[in-house]
Amino acid sequence: MTKFSWRQGAIVALAVPMLALAACSAGGKTATDTAAGGGQAVSTPRMKVALITHAAAGDTFWDIVRKGAEEAASKDNVDLQYLNDPEAGRQAQLVQQAIDQKVDGIALTMATPDALKDVVKKATDAGIPVVSLNAGEDASAKLGAFTHFGSNEKLAGEAVGTKLASDGYKHPVCVIQQQGHVGLEARCAGVKAKVPGTEILYVNGQDMTSVQSTATAKLQATKDADVIIGLGAPITLTLLKSVSDAGSSAKVASFDLNAELAQDIVDGKVLFTVDQQPWLQGYMSVDALWQNKRGGFKIGGGQPVLTGPTIVDKSNASDVVKFAKQGVR
Amino acid sequence: MATATLPSAPAPAAKDERVGRRGPFQKLLGRPEVGALAAAVVLFIFFAAVSGTFLQPNALATVLYGSSTIGIMAVGVSLLMIGGEFDLSSGVAVISSALTASLFSWNFGMNVWVGVLLALVVSLGIGFVNGWILVKTKLPSFIVTLATFLMLTGLNLALTRLIGGAVSSPSIAQMEGFGAAKAVFASSVNIGGVEFKITILYWIVLVVVASWVLLRTKVGNWIFAAGGDANAARAVGVPVTATKIGLFMGVGLCGWLLGMHNLFAFDAVQSGEGVGNEFLYIIAAVIGGCLLTGGYGSAVGGAIGAFIFGMANKGIVYAQWNPDWFKFFLGLMLLLATIVNLIVKKRAERA
Repeated sequence: MTKFSWRQGAIVALAVPMLALAACSAGGKTATDTAAGGGQAVSTPRMKVALITHAAAGDTFWDIVRKGAEEAASKDNVDLQYLNDPEAGRQAQLVQQAIDQKVDGIALTMATPDALKDVVKKATDAGIPVVSLNAGEDASAKLGAFTHFGSNEKLAGEAVGTKLASDGYKHPVCVIQQQGHVGLEARCAGVKAKVPGTEILYVNGQDMTSVQSTATAKLQATKDADVIIGLGAPITLTLLKSVSDAGSSAKVASFDLNAELAQDIVDGKVLFTVDQQPWLQGYMSVDALWQNKRGGFKIGGGQPVLTGPTIVDKSNASDVVKFAKQGVR
Repeated sequence: MATATLPSAPAPAAKDERVGRRGPFQKLLGRPEVGALAAAVVLFIFFAAVSGTFLQPNALATVLYGSSTIGIMAVGVSLLMIGGEFDLSSGVAVISSALTASLFSWNFGMNVWVGVLLALVVSLGIGFVNGWILVKTKLPSFIVTLATFLMLTGLNLALTRLIGGAVSSPSIAQMEGFGAAKAVFASSVNIGGVEFKITILYWIVLVVVASWVLLRTKVGNWIFAAGGDANAARAVGVPVTATKIGLFMGVGLCGWLLGMHNLFAFDAVQSGEGVGNEFLYIIAAVIGGCLLTGGYGSAVGGAIGAFIFGMANKGIVYAQWNPDWFKFFLGLMLLLATIVNLIVKKRAERA
């Protein structure tokens, strides 16, 4: 047995990332640029803003939020730091780190207000203005944020429910991809409030094959399901395959948006989706912090500013597609 | 005194029980997967009794599909566990493979088959690196593959954003070769009006091949020997290093196959997926009778373990139980399956 040699070890340490990097080192795709960075920056002094979310890494929804925030940052001459951690305690630590770095503003999702209240107080005590976005509409002002940007999940759910009820649907299946997620539960609860026959199905959003087969199983077992609702664009796209696998006559509706989903709405494969306009949530929170510093403005005047729900259906989807392709919608 | 009593002992006892002949039934009971088989039968009857839908052919096709996406990986993972190691990076490695194929083809505008082949190289490469670091450093596989798991999770995210500009890979559905690749990796076969996913076929083929390797070839003996006692195996000339690296590459191969299914079934891949699935593969192997300590187990066992998981997972939906209890039932079911497995195995060993 040869002894472990450091030279070989070093080669391995280099080879692992190189192996993967090899695919991208040359060329690089220059097309499909987003609109970000195109505008002229303002001449106000550079300020530092931290955007801290409870996003799980690699979630398409939060990517759009981030893009909105980045575009606002480049226009407002803001040095933006994007941080995320789905675990409440660690998200609070990220806020503490932002305070330690003496940022000029914190934009924060408040999915777990109790875990965040102490650290947010620290921030406001230190004179750092805080805005909340996406989650935490009810807690936002109490915790000391001067405004909130987001869509009310229950309202969004009710919007879907109202539309489904008026179109005559009686037995929706609402698919939750993360059990115990308050926002997702609120969406389905909103649907159920308007269509009492709504059933909930839990799937593992980390594994698309499992989403597909579990939803297929549900549709096979529930023959009278007339519509199945995905709570995120990639999930909905997978549900389309489940419907055809199960030979079900159920229609498909959705929450949130991406380019493929917008195209499917244009093509009539998906009835409609409810967009909470995440790009706006990212853009507005960074911009609001800038405006607060610029002129002491408080957008919303202490009230939450709603970024949704807006319904995207066949009538307006074709306009949305082109923005979705840029990662804006 | 002792020497005097030995010859007078009854004839059957004098025969070495290790080389003694056993009836076919006893042989079956001695197999590692027999406990899992019993648990699977119990679970099957249970769900058939509580759900009207469960026994319908298209429902079975769905259960088999759900099982196959775990089962394909469970084959490689079972073999690896018999060889005395396990792999925490296998869940994200599946997504790494899919992302490699997708991003490479998309970025360079190449035929998707080029990406598919490159993904195979990368998948086998990940397996090789796992195995190679393991045998060179003699670190436990827990540490080595945990490190790979973290690195791959990071690479999946970072490179996807760097190359595709988003956290989800761009759709490659319109690209050259996509249709053919979809036919190979993500099509369905219609048998008697029921659509069976092609992953089920791959799963069965993999189990057959792995069982053959394990039971009928020299390599199979090497795997058992390397997992049982690596030093003893080495002393009698078993190439333990090559065997272990090969086993990790086997997991890589399975990961590539499942990764390609993921990619061509859904056109695009989210870079954050796959985390946590490695445990499902290990669970399947353990339910199927593979020991966490190595040296014992079977490929069929892993397959039955995956089938148990698939049945429990989908059966709960068919049974229309209150979804709030979903995870609880799943855990209970897995616990019961493993206990039944244990009891049957103990009985079998006593017989």
